[in-house]
Amino acid sequence: MDIKLQQVSFAYSMGTPFEKRALFDVDLMIPSKTYQAIIGHTGSGKSTILQHFNGLLKPSEGEVHIGDRVIVAGKKAKELKPIRQKVGIVFQFPEHQLFEETVLKDIMFGPMNFGVSEEEAKKRARELISLVGLPDSVLEKSPFDLSGGQMRRVAIAGVLALQPEVIVLDEPTAGLDPRGQREIMDMFYQLHKEQGLTTILVTHSMEDAAKYADNLAIMHEGRCVLTGTPREIFADGKTLESYRLELPRIIKFQQKIENLIGKKLSKICLTEEELALEIASSVRRESDEQ
Amino acid sequence: MSEILSFNNVSFSYTPEVEDARKAVQNVSFTVNEGEWISIVGHNGSGKSTMVKIISGLLFPQEGEVRVMKNVLSEENLWETRTQIGMVFQNPDNQFVGATVQDDVAFALENNGIPHEEMVKRVHKSLKQVKMDTFLNHEPHHLSGGQKQRVAIAGALAMRPKILILDEATAMLDPQGRAEVLNTVQELRKETGLTVLSITHDVEEALLADRILFMNDGKKYAEGSPLEVFSLGDKLVEFGLELPFAMRMTNLLKANGVQLVGEHMTEEELVNDLWTSNFNK
Amino acid sequence: MMEKMIFGRYIPGDSFVHRLDPRSKLIFVFAFIIVVFIANNTITYGLLLAFTLFIILMSRIRLYFLINGLKPVLILLVFTFLIHIIFNREGNIVFEWGFFKVYEQGIRQGIYISIRFVVLVFVTSILTLTTSPISITDGIEVLLNPLKKIKLPVHELALMMSIALRFIPTLMDETDKIMKAQMARGSDLSAGPLKDRIKAVVPLLVPLFVSAFKRAEDLATAMEVRGYRGGEGRTRYRKLKWDWRDSTSLVVLVALSALLIYLRT
Repeated sequence: MDIKLQQVSFAYSMGTPFEKRALFDVDLMIPSKTYQAIIGHTGSGKSTILQHFNGLLKPSEGEVHIGDRVIVAGKKAKELKPIRQKVGIVFQFPEHQLFEETVLKDIMFGPMNFGVSEEEAKKRARELISLVGLPDSVLEKSPFDLSGGQMRRVAIAGVLALQPEVIVLDEPTAGLDPRGQREIMDMFYQLHKEQGLTTILVTHSMEDAAKYADNLAIMHEGRCVLTGTPREIFADGKTLESYRLELPRIIKFQQKIENLIGKKLSKICLTEEELALEIASSVRRESDEQ
Repeated sequence: MSEILSFNNVSFSYTPEVEDARKAVQNVSFTVNEGEWISIVGHNGSGKSTMVKIISGLLFPQEGEVRVMKNVLSEENLWETRTQIGMVFQNPDNQFVGATVQDDVAFALENNGIPHEEMVKRVHKSLKQVKMDTFLNHEPHHLSGGQKQRVAIAGALAMRPKILILDEATAMLDPQGRAEVLNTVQELRKETGLTVLSITHDVEEALLADRILFMNDGKKYAEGSPLEVFSLGDKLVEFGLELPFAMRMTNLLKANGVQLVGEHMTEEELVNDLWTSNFNK
Repeated sequence: MMEKMIFGRYIPGDSFVHRLDPRSKLIFVFAFIIVVFIANNTITYGLLLAFTLFIILMSRIRLYFLINGLKPVLILLVFTFLIHIIFNREGNIVFEWGFFKVYEQGIRQGIYISIRFVVLVFVTSILTLTTSPISITDGIEVLLNPLKKIKLPVHELALMMSIALRFIPTLMDETDKIMKAQMARGSDLSAGPLKDRIKAVVPLLVPLFVSAFKRAEDLATAMEVRGYRGGEGRTRYRKLKWDWRDSTSLVVLVALSALLIYLRT
């Protein structure tokens, strides 16, 4: 399911003295089955944009295409619910949405809202609990008796239970310890690869964007100022800097090495493994020449 | 060097009535000396937060003693001790008591009965120290997370504490906010030689410390300079932590057959070693 | 969500009214509420209306905010006006349509009551629009201070009020976020029969309470660690300053009441 934003503008409190524009003429195309990262500082408009992906906000101007549905500014959009089943959103600190008596019931809440049978919802919950890396015994516990990291996983399972075609992740690892962060990000990447889940990661982490995304979109002061593959965007550190964003650490390190040896490596490396290989081969060439 | 804070064989259990129950903190000893920056690292649930609660007198250990400025922390000297400890917690919103920036900074001063004129002086001075002096009348919901945390630091500084404790103070911030807070702390140390104890799971933050205390499962697993502690390598990863970037790169390069002389904590060291061992022959 | 609430919102400014001490403003408003009831004829009501316009001018608050403040009580206003039109049977008949008769006094009283209503809403709105919530709290705390003698926990009440005010925006944001998160999980708050809607409130309220308690706990810890142990021995950072403006405004109010008493019939 493709998602396409055309000339989308959005303002909070339209028509009052407190009107505040949050998005200006945003054009963005997210093809089906890709991994898209949307990067920007707090207040760049990235949280506003993500709420357009499933009709939680309607554009003040422009159009949002979600699959074959179109949400047009100014027109009343009917029946947004089917869209919300297809586009799942994992909000920042999703554990704040837990409310049921048991983990099982909480995971079932989403699917049952969309008319899935109790049997089926239960089945999904059982499958998902192990997918997010928790033991089955958790299902009967109260979500409020779990640790912060476990609650996060339960909340994520609750969104995945909708079996969406697109998943939107808003800083899904904020506040977790390094291992938790890595596990969650790897899990989503695996889902993306294995089930072809279109993934939209909204983040301020250049590191994660470099590591996982096929395409990046840079948001700055409500505008989408840059789009492209990670390599395209990271090739131009100056432009990023003008938006007060830094290159990922790995790219900066590569540049240091390139300055040191006085030549470019054969490509821009996006992971530590890649860079180590590149440096190693460059070292070998150096010693062969001598 | 004089001692600011110390733990002597401190143990604490949330369920002391149960025999053999897992202790949240188990027989931990360490000392923080004046002017040092100590980092306590460990994954979530390693006992870090319990230690903070013990230091601030919210919990009292069942065994061992905590000394602040060489006095054993007790119910009697609790309030006096609290004036010597400045604390910044994780959630920027949940520790902002005042209606505006200046009210919040003044909160501890008001509690301790500091006269009005002195309060005004201290509020302005501490806000200047964290570079928030142009935000006097701002309300919390108009500030970024990093700004709120800097206000919290100012609020602690206003009491002129002997030690500043950062309890995962950067965990909920974006990279910009994290950098703001850490720069502020580094500058404060340069200017005033403030003693800092930071509790964190961010390894890059831990690297800034003089000494690292590595906690696992309520016990002190290792203590030493960043180099010493991170030399434990895979052991740390196993316990849920990460190695610093330069160290991960060093290991990967070595695994790919690149010659390197030692372990490296910083990128500069690594780059230099890479140059001298491979290119500059 | 926050943005929708205009009534009672503080609009920072530097006008004469903005700079008044919250104590004088509070006294003024409470006294004014009583003074309004002195008026009983066209000239005194006219005077009240003129005086209110004068205050609005002095406060430099845009009429937009005041009109908006009127919206929530508009139904009440229209209702009382109609009651007077329908049930007051004094004076000459002005208008007649079958059973339905409208009397002169009905219209007159209806208009008077409406003026009283509007004037009260405007003046109290100006208080909240020109005074930050924290200043109002300070004012109330100082004005209530004498009641400490009868064991009223004035300091605690004021602190509770200021913390509540401080957390309103935070909790509003939180509500908005949780609502959006549950909507994304297919929960629908705005459709369906009443029974379903009530059920849909649970997924909103439970997380909200959980988070509010968590915040309260964190806040209590932060306050304790920063040395808070009740009002005793505490000094105050905020100082209220009473100057000539405050005395003048109260003198003007006394003069107004004298004039109203003289002119009433």
